[in-house]
Amino acid sequence: MRSGTTIFDEMGWPSGTRTPYALIDAWLKSVPAEQLALKRREAEVLFRRIGITFAVYTEGGDAERLIPFDLIPRVLAQAEWQHLQLGLEQRAKALNAFLHDVYHDREIIRAGRVPEKLILHNSEFRPEMAGLDLPGGMYAHIAGIDMVRTGPDDYYVLEDNCRTPSGVSYMLENREVMLRLFPDLFRRNAVAPVAHYPDELLATLRSLAPPNCPGEPTIVLLTPGIHNSAYYEHAFLADEMGIDLVEGADLVVSKDICYQRTTAGLERVDVIYRRVDDEYIDPLVFRPDSMLGVPGLHFANRAGNLTLTNAVGAGIADDKAVYIHVPEMIRFYLGEEPLLNNVPTHDCSQPAELRYVLEHLDQLVVKAVHGSGGYGMLVGPHASKTELEAFRALLKSHPQDYIAQPTLALSTVPTFVETGVAPRHVDLRPFVLCGADRIRVVPGGLTRVALKEGSLVVNSSQGGGTKDTWVLEN
Amino acid sequence: MLARTADNLFWLARYMERADYLARLLQIAGHMSAVRVDTHHNSEWESAIVAAGCRETYFEKHAAADEATVIQYLAFERDNPSSIVNCIETARRNARAVRTALTADMWEAVNASWQELSSFRAESMDADRFAEFLDWVKARVGLFHGVYSNNMLRRDGFHFTRAGQFLERADNTARLLDVKYHVRLTQVSDVGGVIDYYQWLAILRVVSARRAYRVLFKGVVEPARVAELLITSSVFPRSLAFCYQQITQHLDAIESQDPRLAAEAKRQANALYADLRYARVETIIKNGLHEYLTQLIERTAELGAQIARGHLF
Repeated sequence: MRSGTTIFDEMGWPSGTRTPYALIDAWLKSVPAEQLALKRREAEVLFRRIGITFAVYTEGGDAERLIPFDLIPRVLAQAEWQHLQLGLEQRAKALNAFLHDVYHDREIIRAGRVPEKLILHNSEFRPEMAGLDLPGGMYAHIAGIDMVRTGPDDYYVLEDNCRTPSGVSYMLENREVMLRLFPDLFRRNAVAPVAHYPDELLATLRSLAPPNCPGEPTIVLLTPGIHNSAYYEHAFLADEMGIDLVEGADLVVSKDICYQRTTAGLERVDVIYRRVDDEYIDPLVFRPDSMLGVPGLHFANRAGNLTLTNAVGAGIADDKAVYIHVPEMIRFYLGEEPLLNNVPTHDCSQPAELRYVLEHLDQLVVKAVHGSGGYGMLVGPHASKTELEAFRALLKSHPQDYIAQPTLALSTVPTFVETGVAPRHVDLRPFVLCGADRIRVVPGGLTRVALKEGSLVVNSSQGGGTKDTWVLEN
Repeated sequence: MLARTADNLFWLARYMERADYLARLLQIAGHMSAVRVDTHHNSEWESAIVAAGCRETYFEKHAAADEATVIQYLAFERDNPSSIVNCIETARRNARAVRTALTADMWEAVNASWQELSSFRAESMDADRFAEFLDWVKARVGLFHGVYSNNMLRRDGFHFTRAGQFLERADNTARLLDVKYHVRLTQVSDVGGVIDYYQWLAILRVVSARRAYRVLFKGVVEPARVAELLITSSVFPRSLAFCYQQITQHLDAIESQDPRLAAEAKRQANALYADLRYARVETIIKNGLHEYLTQLIERTAELGAQIARGHLF
């Protein structure tokens, strides 16, 4: 994982071809570039027609944009995936155990393994959740774990998204579109299917029925509405699961029971897969000016009449400063050694670490502790002098708000760009479903690709694209 | 089903139906002005404005109803919430808000219409391209009706969609027929004359009923028979009686746990349907066609509001 040394290409380019990519390599050699270009246009028409767009908050232009889709799949061998899956399950178990612990006895703090200040003074910590028992002791029911690869057997977790991770609809639609465009490729490669994700998600949500649920739970998906950047995904998942897609105004809480307004009157709701952030979920408890939430939702939750997924307060587990302690959580709660690596992280609130970071700023990635989406972020090796100086000042004035990590040499995979097929850096976001009954992981995830040559920023808000991710069955 | 979903489906269907109706109005107005016998009486563009129910709003802004202004207003005007372009955009917005209640084909029909809409630019449109545009609108709405009728589960969502479509159609048909009241002939001697005849014929053509008229009445176009076809016919799918038959059928099919709340809309719809079913066109004309249609348009609007109240929209 040394920075700037050798970059691992997952296909084996330019020296040879790694086994999982044998058929892809042969296909790329046989298919003319014009045909790929044609297929790419076809894919774009399909995406537009289905309406897979995301909203971008920028000046003017097309408010509904497509995330660029790359036709060349990213391939993982079965053995590689097996290792990842075990690591992901282990990590998700530890994160949930940690969440249960910090909202109950705080043993990990008392044992001195995680500093108390880091938790109790964190804006993502929700004292309102203290002492509340949740079904199966689970909090982060749908977790999106961002990973990168630096070598044949080296995987690093960049970040654990425990709040409302998005992107799974792209995983599913990318596969759908690939199946339509290249049925032949699938016939020649045994690719593990992903289309059962919505069923697995629904089974997970069912398992989380609240203690006072009368019979089969009624499940809904709560969206902030059509202006949300992930609205397409909300509609897509609700549709695939056959559940209602609701907005705050469709729900009402009376005597600690949540109902939805239907044409036939009020109907009880038991489980809400919410895609509204903690701060907005209940104006009686959190932001009073929220129009997106429902007054009283938190009390229905506390009374055991309603489950919210993910649980309020789960964000404390994906804080970038708490991230440093995840390997310790795995040892503490599970008594196991972590299967997936954490990126060595400098906690800038420690004076010695801060000094190191300031000295090596042009080699490090600096991230804001309470940020997301890549805006409050500095990629040292690619930053201008002005950007470096700006961050240097920020680090000096608010060291506790930042962490720093070495720049990883993210693996590359073949990608179809203007100049033809060329290697581009990728990451991977698999989705881990944590039910009260068991943990479910669909083989694959969302591969994001930095389309600009040499770029390490894969975020869709900054010009990243996506790929279909294949896990081979054999 | 969610009340908001029902509301969106109801309006989705209404706006698609309205877009179709406006395209038909503009098509016939264009046709009329092309074959005009007397070049001094160019009332067809004013008729279109009246039949679209935009008389007040239009004449607030414009002094006269000439071809270019009327086309711009009814087809493309951003400030007219009922222009064709706005109808399709509003329909698509409603569809997007309830994507989970739509079948995939339904969504694609609405979404693709909205996407293709941008390829028709008002500024660069000549007569041929405009004719193409109107045909395109009719075809897109036809597609929408086809896919929703073929694919939707026969449950509440479907019933609200149908109720919306036919409530809008009832309103449109009533306004269309009422045009003859507003567009006066310049001389008394014109009544029964060539212009009068062409105006009645035009009304039939807007609702694609020239052939239906021929099959049912086998004679020349007479005002009373046109009114009969558009008001009381039980077999013509744009007549008021037919529309209300559909509205009552689908309102009655909607499941409601609170019968009291939904009862008033059903009562109003059924009362109106009974009126239409047993009405005699001669009596209507004797008592005043315009008064009858005005009252019908008002009762239709009231019914729309009552459906919303009864189902918690």
